Amino acid sequence: MVETVLFWIFGAVALGSAFGVVMGGTLPGKGGSPVASLLFMVSTLASVAGIYVLLEAHFLAAIQVMVYAGAIMVLFLFVIMLLNLGHEYQRDMKGWMASLMLFLVSGALGGILAYRFAGPGGGAELDFLAEANTAAMDAALAEQGAVGVIAEPLYTTYVVPFELTGILLLVAIVGALALAKRRVA
Amino acid sequence: MLTQALVLSALLFALGTFGVLVRRNAIIMFLCIELQLNAVNLALVVFSRVAGIDGQVFVFFVMTVAAAEAAVGLAIIISIFRHYETVNVNSFNLLKW
Repeated sequence: MVETVLFWIFGAVALGSAFGVVMGGTLPGKGGSPVASLLFMVSTLASVAGIYVLLEAHFLAAIQVMVYAGAIMVLFLFVIMLLNLGHEYQRDMKGWMASLMLFLVSGALGGILAYRFAGPGGGAELDFLAEANTAAMDAALAEQGAVGVIAEPLYTTYVVPFELTGILLLVAIVGALALAKRRVA
Repeated sequence: MLTQALVLSALLFALGTFGVLVRRNAIIMFLCIELQLNAVNLALVVFSRVAGIDGQVFVFFVMTVAAAEAAVGLAIIISIFRHYETVNVNSFNLLKW
């Protein structure tokens, strides 16, 4: 029962903060700082990490907090402060009509997805999402532990993608340095 | 709780889409793309709860790619800012027809 309550709390915080990410820093007179959006994003990421814990994905929850909310968001913060953004208010949204239309379009997208997942539109395809079907994962978690259960396939079935990830990160480091380096005349 | 989490991921994805479409600040558009990635990660974790661990391994890879993407994307934003002195995407119209 406590899981359900926690789920609703985390879900509400995640949704509210996601709205804050989209709308952050758009109030005239309050400054147009992207830092507001960034802090809302950290809150969203932390709430989603809480939902990961409720879904028994403990390792991913830890990674989410450390890598996403810790490292990536700090990188964004560095860039915002390095570029010295948000000192004068500058309108950075589309016009009212365009915003309303886009809201309806993306709302329709969310509505269709939610209808497929939860409404009668999903049909029998999604019946396997019953709580009873989680027994296999629970058994694996009890046997191998939260890290072991994800490490085992990562280093056996998915070892080649895992090594390729290392190369990808190396390329990203070199690319980021080459792009952001000041050209010396 | 699984169905509700899927609906939550759908709503987060829609909000991220709205943000990308409506904001003109390159950094905030980028943040909204991260929000979309997170919504998809949440859906993958929900499915992995009933369909085996592979979904979580996939989320692990998505997070790595997101980290690499953030580094390169922010470097591009810095590089553009040096040239235009702004991150408002309305100013970047060199390739606009």
